[in-house]
Amino acid sequence: MPANFEVVIVGAGPAGLAAASAAVERSRRVLLIDDNPAPGGQIWRGEGRQPPRGVETWLETQVLGPLRPGLLMADRAGVPAQISYEKLILATGARERFLPFPGWTLPSVMGAGGLQALVKGGLAIEGKRVVVAGTGPLLLAVAAYLAKRNARILLVAEQAPRQRVLRFTANLWRQPAKLAQAFSMGRYLALKYRTGLWPVSAHGNGKLEEILLSNSRRLACDYLSCGFGLVPNSELAALLGCRIATGEVLVDEFQRTTRERIWCAGEPTGIGGAELSIIEGRIAGYAATGDRHSATSLFTARMRASRFPREMDSAFSLRPELRRLVHPGTIICRCEDVRFSQLTSHTTWRAMKLHTRCGMGPCQGRVCGPAVEFLLGCAPEGARPPLYPATVSQLALDRQ
Amino acid sequence: MIRLRVNGKPVSLPEGSVVAAAIALSGLDATRSSVRGEPRGPLCGMGICFECRATIDGQPHQRTCQIPVRQGMEVSTDAG
Ligand SMILES: Cc1cc2nc3c(=O)[nH]c(=O)nc-3n(C[C@H](O)[C@H](O)[C@H](O)COP(=O)(O)OP(=O)(O)OC[C@H]3O[C@@H](n4cnc5c(N)ncnc54)[C@H](O)[C@@H]3O)c2cc1C
Ligand code: FES
Repeated sequence: MPANFEVVIVGAGPAGLAAASAAVERSRRVLLIDDNPAPGGQIWRGEGRQPPRGVETWLETQVLGPLRPGLLMADRAGVPAQISYEKLILATGARERFLPFPGWTLPSVMGAGGLQALVKGGLAIEGKRVVVAGTGPLLLAVAAYLAKRNARILLVAEQAPRQRVLRFTANLWRQPAKLAQAFSMGRYLALKYRTGLWPVSAHGNGKLEEILLSNSRRLACDYLSCGFGLVPNSELAALLGCRIATGEVLVDEFQRTTRERIWCAGEPTGIGGAELSIIEGRIAGYAATGDRHSATSLFTARMRASRFPREMDSAFSLRPELRRLVHPGTIICRCEDVRFSQLTSHTTWRAMKLHTRCGMGPCQGRVCGPAVEFLLGCAPEGARPPLYPATVSQLALDRQ
Repeated sequence: MIRLRVNGKPVSLPEGSVVAAAIALSGLDATRSSVRGEPRGPLCGMGICFECRATIDGQPHQRTCQIPVRQGMEVSTDAG
């Protein structure tokens, strides 16, 4: 028997929580689902956020995909579950973009937000030598957080050129408060911040020991925390048949997707940061429960909040040199250990999957897809069901 | 404090920590071996990449970055 709800919200980050608190004003049957063990999404991870009162919340629950219209399949802490909905709000957020370079598969080379998430999850970082690298304001947020936890931040390497970062920071007075905070990080971090610099390779015997930087400097470190911007999690929307353009879920002014009864809010509709995610979430929550008046009253706020991501996009676009870091032997698909040289003779993502198994492992191309798109210019054509290997233990994984 | 074992070795860490942190605390950098036998550790920290997977209480292929530590858990890694 499926569990029955009027409004189901997938993702309990800023967008999903905002959607839930708006929806619960009119509906008594709201379900909020998240794969994480606690609500909060990426930015509020580990901050003890509570779901709004009156909202049923399922944590450690991963939505795998649709069984048929109005019915979702999920993995609830290892147990299969079916969830039926009248209205569905997708607030699945974003993930980091990882770019391959020689040595990026060594243990202790992690995402920028990835290392932060693990430290929030109890990873001991005190006294560890950390290099934070990649691009975007997230690097500073991560470095500031790790420094507060007594990590030794050796360097924050931003690939974007200095002039572009300066132009961006000159406009900080109208940026969201969180970001302004990150950029006014105090002398300690400012001294470690370098623009126009990026990691070229990572070295070590079985784990990270040292990195080589684009200025030919070598640096010994315990962790490389490295992310190249964010990628919308639009796979679930794609599986549900919502139209996607350049990786982003298309929505109208009420955050409605091209599919009947499905709304989308937050990062999947385009990377916009927490402030915009919250506004979009509330609009979706109101719109899905028929409160068009409250939804409409937020349109101006949404417009104001969406100026900032556009500026961020142009400031932190990826430089072409990053395409030339890979060697023929560099692993691109970490799940199936597919090397760069195996991919270059194919021109479509489909051919790569068929001939090399690139993107066929448990991450289903979430890591290598955006990397291949950046390196070779061909993008995954959409997710294949099920969204994740169902209950991970049951499907293909067993062969490994 | 939550007490659990990683490849038989006892570790304890605060409630609210994730299993990936327990594996690191036990002294391991890698959580698994790749298809070609390379050591791999957590990458994304948020349940996307599957690099952190290990066996928890007999259940293989669990994403250790997403699972909170629980009293008496038995964790084993194939890269251990
Ligand atoms: C690793 C990382 C760290 C970040 N750190 C910061 C920071 O420190 N400061 C900052 O300003 N911004 C940060 N960001 C940017 C962040 O995207 C936004 O600020 C904000 O969190 C976006 O809110 P959201 O609700 O749209 O998405 P998210 O916060 O990403 O929330 C989406 C939620 O959906 C869940 N989910 C996704 N798919 C499924 C599924 N199929 N089944 C069940 N649950 C699912 C996820 O577990 C997640 O909790 C970070 C982003 C990433 C990727
Ligand atoms: S570290 Fe990526 S899934 Fe756990």
